Amino acid sequence: MAIIEANSLRKVYLSEGVETVALDDVSLSVEPGEFVAIMGPSGSGKSTLLHILGFLDRYSEGTYFFEGKEMSEYSETELAHARNKKMGFVFQSFNLLSRTPLIENVKLPLLYSHVPESHWRKMAMDAIEAVGLEHRLNHHPAQLSGGEKQRAAIARALVLKPDVIFADEPTGNLDSRSGQLVMETLQHLNEAHGHTIVLITHETYTAEHAHRIIHIKDGTVDKEETVRRRHRATEHFEK
Amino acid sequence: MRSAHLLRSAVLGLTSHKSRSFLTILGIVIGITAIILIMSLGRGAENLILGEIQSIGSKVIGIAPGRQPQGPADVISTFTDSLKERDYEALSNRNNVPHATKVMPIVFGSQTASYGNETYRPTILGGTPSALAIYDVYPEDGRMFTDEEVRGYADVAVIGREVESELFGGSSSLGERIRIKGRNFRIVGVLPKVGQVSFLNFDQILFVPYTTAQQYIFGIKYFHRFAVEADSEENVEITVADIEATLRESHGITDPDKDDFFVETQADAMEMVGTILSVLTMFLVSVAAISLVVGGIGIMNIMLVSVTERTHEIGLRKALGATEKNILSQFLLEAVILTVVGGVIGILLGGLFSYATSFVLTRFVGLNWGFSLPLSAVLLGLGVSSGIGLVFGLYPARQAAKKSPIEALRYE
Repeated sequence: MAIIEANSLRKVYLSEGVETVALDDVSLSVEPGEFVAIMGPSGSGKSTLLHILGFLDRYSEGTYFFEGKEMSEYSETELAHARNKKMGFVFQSFNLLSRTPLIENVKLPLLYSHVPESHWRKMAMDAIEAVGLEHRLNHHPAQLSGGEKQRAAIARALVLKPDVIFADEPTGNLDSRSGQLVMETLQHLNEAHGHTIVLITHETYTAEHAHRIIHIKDGTVDKEETVRRRHRATEHFEK
Repeated sequence: MRSAHLLRSAVLGLTSHKSRSFLTILGIVIGITAIILIMSLGRGAENLILGEIQSIGSKVIGIAPGRQPQGPADVISTFTDSLKERDYEALSNRNNVPHATKVMPIVFGSQTASYGNETYRPTILGGTPSALAIYDVYPEDGRMFTDEEVRGYADVAVIGREVESELFGGSSSLGERIRIKGRNFRIVGVLPKVGQVSFLNFDQILFVPYTTAQQYIFGIKYFHRFAVEADSEENVEITVADIEATLRESHGITDPDKDDFFVETQADAMEMVGTILSVLTMFLVSVAAISLVVGGIGIMNIMLVSVTERTHEIGLRKALGATEKNILSQFLLEAVILTVVGGVIGILLGGLFSYATSFVLTRFVGLNWGFSLPLSAVLLGLGVSSGIGLVFGLYPARQAAKKSPIEALRYE
């Protein structure tokens, strides 16, 4: 069964009486363990799509089944719990709490979970080790490089072992070397730990780290393709 | 969400804007300080006044002319000269008031007394020899005047220490004569230095037989007060009834509403003082409470600013799984921490000011003022300050909780 199953999604923004169609008739599905890239130029509606898939926003029309349950069947609190336990988010602008050291940032989702506090440190450490930042535990975000910040954000997304990680242009604010390291991390999580990953990007090179690319154009699915020559970037972790 | 983490993140949120947090709670600090100070001083005043009343002894019953005022318009109907010599005789009759051990008429006023070139204006008290005994005050030097001297309109006086030092400098006054209204009074006794007891400064009095005071000093034929001592506390009530019956008969009054005198026990006086002081304290506290409302609005204002400033953080927390309830409790907790910290500072400052006041009053003014910080005031301070945090923090916290995660995340 597909973990993500969206049918004819439509999203309309109403602003001062003017309707803006952000998404129109988008259908897609993602299988567990898949690494999918959603690609499109800016303004194509790919971010809106990701926000809806990640329960951060609501669609206007259509159906969206997450793990077999339609989104409208979730209450506001259940949506929050799903974001907490089943989804992890990685943002282009990292969104780390600046006054808080790395390890506390990674613990943040645990605050809203039912995990007993005695397990928190161990879980945070596991997530931080998975992204290779164990030497930066007590650094504040300002003391980290851009790539380290994004890997810290990935660790935060990982900490509750979510079923899906949504990454919104995770390399957008990074230099190519740091971006490469972040992509290696995501690929490693997908392959070694089986996390389903939905990645948004406008770069073909980045998208080609995924198994499959869904092209979005003008708010609708333009085409889907399986990546034949996938970029492998796991050497860093195999070393 | 875990309380320890909730607390830590709230404290972090507040300490990252230290001066802003401090200014925000200033209103609460001032309000709570005022309330604690007022309640503490009110209790101190109550203790002081009740102590003064109690020092007279609870067996003593006071009789004053006129009527206990029933309202503002009633002042006119008071009679100042209704207590006469025949009332004294009627009250002194054991058949009328069997449980009275002493009946003491009192007149008082102020007159200039002089010795040589020195003059002084003592409080002149006219009474019977036993009148000062109810205060437990007896002459230190010399003697009290006698009943004989009272009957004989004798020009004798017992004076307080301050009267003596003002008129005689350092030298002894016993046997000397001082002039009051053209008559020479021989000083037969000097009181010890006792200071203020029950609203009367004994160091400033000049005590003479009531007969002499009525006839020669004040020129009146009535009494300002009677003090009656009952033989026991249990018999105070029945003695009050006996006194009322006796005086009504003596004055020809049948309707108690037309009484031209009123009888007051120490219990009545204490109750009245207690009522007046607690009403006064409550009034002052409610005035101070206005500043708490102002402080609360300040809290609400700054919390709204904080919510707007941290919109992005709220969006992030929601994206990571925070429910509306989580966000609501986070901001509510911040508001309550602010106000409770303000409340605790206010309690400490109020207690400190009250202590300083009692120290000054005791040390430099000579009042026997005991410092008292009632537990009820502390609890009220804590309760009110946390209540203000809850009430005024609720609206901003709800604003925060209701934010849609994606709109909050987009906010820069």
